[in-house]
This record gives sequence, structure tokens and C-alpha cells, in this order.
Amino acid sequence: MHVTSREFGSNARAAVADANLRQSLATMKTGFRARRAEAVAALPEFEALRDAGKAIKDHTLTHLDHYLERFEAKVTESGGHVHWAGDAEAACRTVIGICRAHGARLVTKGKSMVTEEIGLNAALEKNDIDSVETDLGEYIIQLRKEQPSHIIAPAIHVRKAEVADLFREHHLEFDAGRPLDEPRALLDEARTVLRERFLSADVGITGANMLVAETGSAVIVTNEGNADLTQLLPRVHVVVASIDKVVPALDDAATILRLLARSATGQVMSTYTTLATGPRRADDADGPEHFHVVLVDNGRSRLLGSPFQDVLRCIRCAACINHCPIYGAVGGHAYGSVYPGPIGSVLTPALSSVEEAGSLPNASTLCGRCEAVCPMKIPLPRMLRQWREEEVDRNLTPESARQALGLWAFAARRPAVYRFGTAMAGRLLRLMAGRRGRVRRLPFAGAWTRVRDLPAPEPGGSFMSRYKSGKEQ
Amino acid sequence: MSSPARESILSNIRAALGRPAEPDPTDDAGAAEPARSPVAPVIPAIAHGTHAELVARFITNAEAAAATVSRCAPGDVGDAVAQYLAGIGLPLRAMVPPDPRLDGLDRDSRFTLDRRAAPTADDTVGIAHALAGIAETGTILMASGPASPATLNVLPETHIVVLRASDIVGGLEDGWSRLRHAHPDGLPRTVHMITGPSRTGDIEQTLQLGAHGPRQLHVVLVDDGADGQGA
Ligand code: SF4
Repeated sequence: MHVTSREFGSNARAAVADANLRQSLATMKTGFRARRAEAVAALPEFEALRDAGKAIKDHTLTHLDHYLERFEAKVTESGGHVHWAGDAEAACRTVIGICRAHGARLVTKGKSMVTEEIGLNAALEKNDIDSVETDLGEYIIQLRKEQPSHIIAPAIHVRKAEVADLFREHHLEFDAGRPLDEPRALLDEARTVLRERFLSADVGITGANMLVAETGSAVIVTNEGNADLTQLLPRVHVVVASIDKVVPALDDAATILRLLARSATGQVMSTYTTLATGPRRADDADGPEHFHVVLVDNGRSRLLGSPFQDVLRCIRCAACINHCPIYGAVGGHAYGSVYPGPIGSVLTPALSSVEEAGSLPNASTLCGRCEAVCPMKIPLPRMLRQWREEEVDRNLTPESARQALGLWAFAARRPAVYRFGTAMAGRLLRLMAGRRGRVRRLPFAGAWTRVRDLPAPEPGGSFMSRYKSGKEQ
Repeated sequence: MSSPARESILSNIRAALGRPAEPDPTDDAGAAEPARSPVAPVIPAIAHGTHAELVARFITNAEAAAATVSRCAPGDVGDAVAQYLAGIGLPLRAMVPPDPRLDGLDRDSRFTLDRRAAPTADDTVGIAHALAGIAETGTILMASGPASPATLNVLPETHIVVLRASDIVGGLEDGWSRLRHAHPDGLPRTVHMITGPSRTGDIEQTLQLGAHGPRQLHVVLVDDGADGQGA
């Protein structure tokens, strides 16, 4: 995984100064957050579903070998092939091998975070295989030669006028004077350009939201339908999925589907939930002739039985990102990893190293919102603290931070002291913020608050105290 | 398929879980061939109700996802399709797969039907028959096969789906049951669960319908008399 997280500090300063980015990020509040809140409020069983979702994944993880083998057997039974890849390099090599075996020149791709993680596009390019991202957001950032800045809205940082300029630069087959002011015009143009790619691709590569051991199916969820055209039109469908995506059965998948779209976009269901099982059958009217699944470990098996095992429950819904005040201020690129926000700050050091991930675990106010909205109840703040401790243990932090964290760790291990401390800190911050509601300078965080005002905690106490008094959601 | 990578990943997993390198035959998950995890399913109240309630909920949820729905008697599918196409200003022409459940359209002289096994990129209107409808989410369930091409669900700009009211079920799990019942030997290659027409929010989070898939999804709901639905 290509990680530049050590530069989080300077990345963040640049991000905060970027007016375009601030405007883009502002849409998250009215968009993702409001819609999620509405969808969750409309489903009285949501809390019970969270518990069930967590229990399903916990069960699966403690029997992960078993369910992976079952999944493999079912895929084979339905005429597909399963490949195992220990690391990113092996995964890319496997996919390239499949493409070569089928003489592929052009590959279409559905949006997939694990293929971002393993750097698949760069590897394909090096091997002279053209790879076209077909999710609109991914297509935009591929043209811009960027990493995604959000795991479900990869181009959230890009303004519509920038998309128009980009399309004018790349889509030379269209009249130069065409109007591209409306999102509709941009979408229609991308649809036309990509339609042609869908029809001429030799191999379609998608990720998977889940792998179902009961049936050997890859469950692929999208709103655009791009992953469907990607997997159905070419002769070969390759699914690249990490080993933590397996669930025992369709009924388990149902529970997780009830959590996924609501947590991600506030939809009840995403538009397309597609189960891909093997290649087309002998008498089928269409579909791919070959079906491959590449199971990617890339550091995940190492997390089993570790304090970070819980992160393997993640279903990549992005709720934690959408609700993170730090992400909301600096955007995704500042994190320097394909996984930004709270999930990224926990996952990046786990998949690369604490050294490489640098200050990411510190890119958090530990406000607790991420854990409160996580459908899989992943204790993200606890794991961020854990990484900080490892970082400190290895003497990777500057002296001032180490002192502050030492004090903080002392308090954190003593819940009563911690609660008192955060309540005090909250009050202190509000005092410092005065009537403007912004904090200008924070002790121990000089570099951070020099470039930005920190929003003062909302009145009503820390998250923990509101949670206790039952006011939070 | 055995490979060094496979063995090393599986043995890493077993070591991390503190289990023997070889799978333990007494492992509870392995022994009983569980169809699902031992976690009790949480099926929301919206997945339950009388059949009439479920039909009404299916319509509400499908429309909330920007699909359109019209209801008709079993003999009137042609009328319903004609009315819908005329309403959006399209000629009465469509690609129809060799699905016998759609044969009635052949006898309707108003239509120009392209009856082919699978659609091409030039087919702008496609008509298909659903396996089931899921009330909980307003989702239609489509199973691929010789007479039901999967590409028909995503290639045409206008996707028309015929759904029998008696095929409307409550929750997602009921949808899986229909699927298992219709395909006892294993799932068909592609199962589509479709909730409204395709969409994207990737340009400044503005929701737009008609991304790569259909711009419009219309469900012709056939009241076939189940649970006293008028036929
Ligand atoms: S950590 Fe939780 S909230 Fe964040 S992406 Fe994963 S499942 Fe969603």
C-alpha cells in the first residue's frame, strides 16, 4: 500500500487552506450525515441489527479458516476459480496472470478499495493492460491521477467545474464548445464514454462487499450499475476481495445489507445488490465465461487474535468518516492513505506499519462519534489509543506529544479520571472559544491549531456524558 | 485448489486463532455444516404483515427509490406497458427475452417486439419478468437464466419489469427462500436485487438518476388473485 501518512501534518495544513475542499466537505453534513440519521431513525430495529451484525462477523472471524474453505469449495463447485494472495504484490501478479491468460488489453473496473490498497491499476499499467475505472467518482480521480479521498465517494473533493475542465481535456471526441455546466451533462458524457469501454473490455474486475460461504457468491453493491456492466459484459469476471469479507450464509448477508446502505448513504437498499456465483451456465443467455476470485490477506490474518481484530468487522460503509470532525476539516488526501478517516487511521498502521502511518492515529480528537455511528460497533477510539501507545512505546513521537499522551494515557486507563478530564477539557475549550465558538490555540497541539480553528465541543457535555444521559440518538 | 499461498494464509489464520494447524474436525462450525451463523436473524417489523399490506409497502418503497409502479389484471399487461411507454413519449417497441411468462405481449399487435436471448447496446427498452418483489425494501429480485438475461437489467435505458403480486414477499430472507425454492441446485449465475433506477451522487453529492444502468425502472404489478387481490 502506498502510504504518505507521515506527512499528515503538512498535508492537513494545506488542506485546511483549500477553499474548494472546504466547500466540498461542507456537503457531507446535509448529505450523508442527515440522510443516515433519517434512515436510522426510521428503523426501530437498527440497534438490534448492529448487535447481530457484530455477532455475525465475530463468529465468522473466529472460524475464518473454515468459512474461507467453504466459500472456496462452493466457488469451485459452481465452476469458478479461487486464488489466494498473501500480499499486495502476489494479488497483483495473480490478476495480471489471469488477464494475460485471456489475452486482455482492456480491463474495466468497478470501485474496489482493496484494489486501491494493493495498487492494482499501477501494476496493470506497468504490464501494458489498460484499466478503466467505471464508477463515476473513481473515473474522475483516475483521470486526475489521484487517490480516492473517501471510501464511498472517491471524488468528493472535486468541484463540478473541475470535472468539466477534466472532461474537456480528456474527451477530445466531443465538440469543444459543448456546455458542461450541469451535473447532468457531465454524467451523460461519462455514461457515453464509459459505455463504449464496457462493451469492448476483455476482463471486468470488481471488489466484493461480501463473500457468501453458503453459496460461493460475491455480493457486489453499487448505485450506478457500473459493477454489473463490468462483470457481465466481458468474457472474464475477476473478483478481488480481502479475506475478511466472508460471511457464513445469505441470511447473514441480509442482516449486514440492512446496516450497509443506511449507514453509508441513508438509503434503505443501494440500487444494485448483485450476487455473482460462478461463470455463466451452459444454457445462459449472457454473463462471463470465466469467474475468478482472488482472496487477499495483505496483513489481515496478522490482526486476528490481536487487539485490532475488531477492525476486520468493517463493512466499509464510511459512516465513521462522514461523522469525523477531523476528516470534515482536512478531507481524505491529508491522510496519505487510501483509507482515510477513523477507519483509515486504525487500518493503515495495521496494514503497513506504525512507522509508515506516522501520526495518523493522532489525527483524531477521540470524540467517539465514529464508534457511535459504526454499524459494526468497532471500538475505533480504543484502537486509536492502542496505536498511540505503540507509537509512544517505540519512541516515535515528539517529546511534547509524549508527555501529553502519558498524562492522557494515565487518565484513559482510569475511566472516572478520564470522564472528569474530558468534561473539564470540554468546558475549558468552550471558555477558550468564547462567543465565536472556535478555539484558536490548544496546548500540545500548536501545529494543529495554528492553521485552523477547532470547533468547540457542542454544549451538553462530552459524547460520553450525553450518551450516558441518553440524549445521543 | 492447493497452493503455498493458500496453505500459508490458512495456517496463519489458525495460528492467530490459537488453533491446530490442521482444521479441527470437532470445530462446532465445521461439524454441523451450518447454513448460517448461529446469530438469530433480526427481521424488522416492516418485513411482516398481511399480503395486502406487503403489496402496499412494496409499492411505497419502490416509489421512494424512484421506481414507478402500475397495477393491472393478468390479461392487461400489454395495456399497462403500452400506457407506460406512451406516457414517457416512447414508441411501443421493446426487447423481450424468450421468457414464456412474457408471451402474452406477442399477441398484442400494437408492439414491435425484438425477441432475442440477450439485449444489445442498441436496445433502449427491455422487458423482463421478476422472480419476486421484496416489500421491506421495494426491491425486485431477478434471477439470470436461458430466458432471463442478466444484462437486460442494466443495459437498456428503460427497464420494465413484470411482477406478480403473489410473488411479493416480506423481507430479504423471504426473497432468499424464493430463490432457493426456484433454484434448489444452487444459485443462478447472477441474482440482481434492484431498488429503483441507477443513480450517482458523485458530482458534488447531487443525486442524479440514470448513471450507467437504466434511467427509469417501471414495475408492472399484476394482481393475480393471491390473498384475495382482485384478478
Ligand atoms: S469502521 Fe465502522 S463506520 Fe467505519 S467504515 Fe467500517 S463499518 Fe463503517
